[in-house]
Amino acid sequence: MSGMNIKSLLTLVLVVASVSLFAQADNHTDSSHEQAAQSENSHETDNHDDQDAHSTEGHHDECAFHHEQDPENFNPQQIAFHHIADANVYSIGPLQLPLPCILYSKESGWDIFLSNKFEFDRLGHGAGYKAFNRYVLDGGSVKRIADASFPGGSVAIEGFKHKEIVVDGKKKEEAYICYGGNEYKLDAKSTLDGGMFGGGITSFHDFSITKNVTAMILVTLFLMWMFLSIASAYKKREGMAPKGLQGFIEPVFTFMNDEVVEPFLGKKSLTYLPFIMALFFFILGLNLFGQIPFFGGANVTGSLSVTLVLAVITFLVVNFSGKKDYWQHIFWMPGVPAWVKTILTPVEMLGVFIKPLTLMLRLFANITAGHIVIIIFVSLIFIFGKVGTVPAAGYGAAVGSTVLTLFMMSIELLVAFIQAFVFAILTASYIGAAVEEHHH
Amino acid sequence: MTGTLAAVGAGLAVIGAGIGIGNVGAKAMEAIARQPEAVGDIRANMILMAALVEGAALIAIILSFFA
Repeated sequence: MSGMNIKSLLTLVLVVASVSLFAQADNHTDSSHEQAAQSENSHETDNHDDQDAHSTEGHHDECAFHHEQDPENFNPQQIAFHHIADANVYSIGPLQLPLPCILYSKESGWDIFLSNKFEFDRLGHGAGYKAFNRYVLDGGSVKRIADASFPGGSVAIEGFKHKEIVVDGKKKEEAYICYGGNEYKLDAKSTLDGGMFGGGITSFHDFSITKNVTAMILVTLFLMWMFLSIASAYKKREGMAPKGLQGFIEPVFTFMNDEVVEPFLGKKSLTYLPFIMALFFFILGLNLFGQIPFFGGANVTGSLSVTLVLAVITFLVVNFSGKKDYWQHIFWMPGVPAWVKTILTPVEMLGVFIKPLTLMLRLFANITAGHIVIIIFVSLIFIFGKVGTVPAAGYGAAVGSTVLTLFMMSIELLVAFIQAFVFAILTASYIGAAVEEHHH
Repeated sequence: MTGTLAAVGAGLAVIGAGIGIGNVGAKAMEAIARQPEAVGDIRANMILMAALVEGAALIAIILSFFA
């Protein structure tokens, strides 16, 4: 009986996944066909030879919206980075929903509006046809026209252009828009990485409720509802066996308590239990939410800013709860010769910062890598379809990539749990080391 | 060209992490075979150790981005 159920469930999952994969493949090609009628009069027909020559270079010198670009010009790397990035639109399947934009620039102050002011396609790739107060929507994220001569208010633009330039031996992509025969350079939003990841302080700051923020709000509300209802169930059904949701979460909670919190924190466990459980369930919730296909695919825990904040909170909690022994072991390790201390102290001091740094990178890298691998597997369909120049190669690859994607997604499900567990257990061990009292 | 060299560096770091995590897993399997009743403790510690080894590789990979 249960064997039957599992079989039918597997078949259903396979059918749904392959149908949706094909639907997505269709969407990619269809959207270029749909819009071909619109752009027939423009470059698409007469400049075709020209575009072919450019496609070998991997970037496009044409001013165009996403769907007008040559489908031959398929760049999996660009697509992967577009899909793991945060966005100012929320996408459910091919459907794009507007989100509130809260933007600040020194010149024009605060701008608060819904991102449908950019008039992007409901079934598109988040390229806005209009600029609003010198902001545009390029590939789902808001950018600002740096040139002050561009008119404010709602202005129809003619297309986007992405150029690859090389600065200090590093490739960098610059975005431009075309308007009235001129090209205007676009500024990306300010990031606090000090230019390390190609960001830095630009002409505006983005405080929007982005896709990632929406996902975080949804997950937080869900967790609040879940734990409040479980807590009330414990009050109402005191002394009785757990039931429903309560019975589902109780083993997870007791496992985390018995395996993570108790062994590392001992007597202090009740003080830190709420913090570690909150971290665990928040990260687990976001990891799993990001796994739901075609539901935004919000890569929240695969965003460095989110993992940075989580790691900074852990860093603060660890160091503020550090006892005398903890600091003594960092600055003047007892029981070792003085010359060893000169080596040990700098290493230990570095360790204070490296611990949260690895916490941040581990979660980010694991979740992002999983998302990229899935996107690359889906991209294989288009790569094979293009190389073989026979559609059959693409269809063959679609079958293969469906299987590979399903395999990868089940591994990702495991990784979602393991990474949440690892974050929690490492936090517990760091706090445990900080509050431990030694007896020499 | 610098990008390619950095990729080689990232690959070397992953080899190190692979050997490290492989050792952790192998020894954990041996320990479980020897003492199956301690499987819970061993598993938790195995994941913790694997995560710590992974951390070193991650730093190398991030450094290769900057190279």
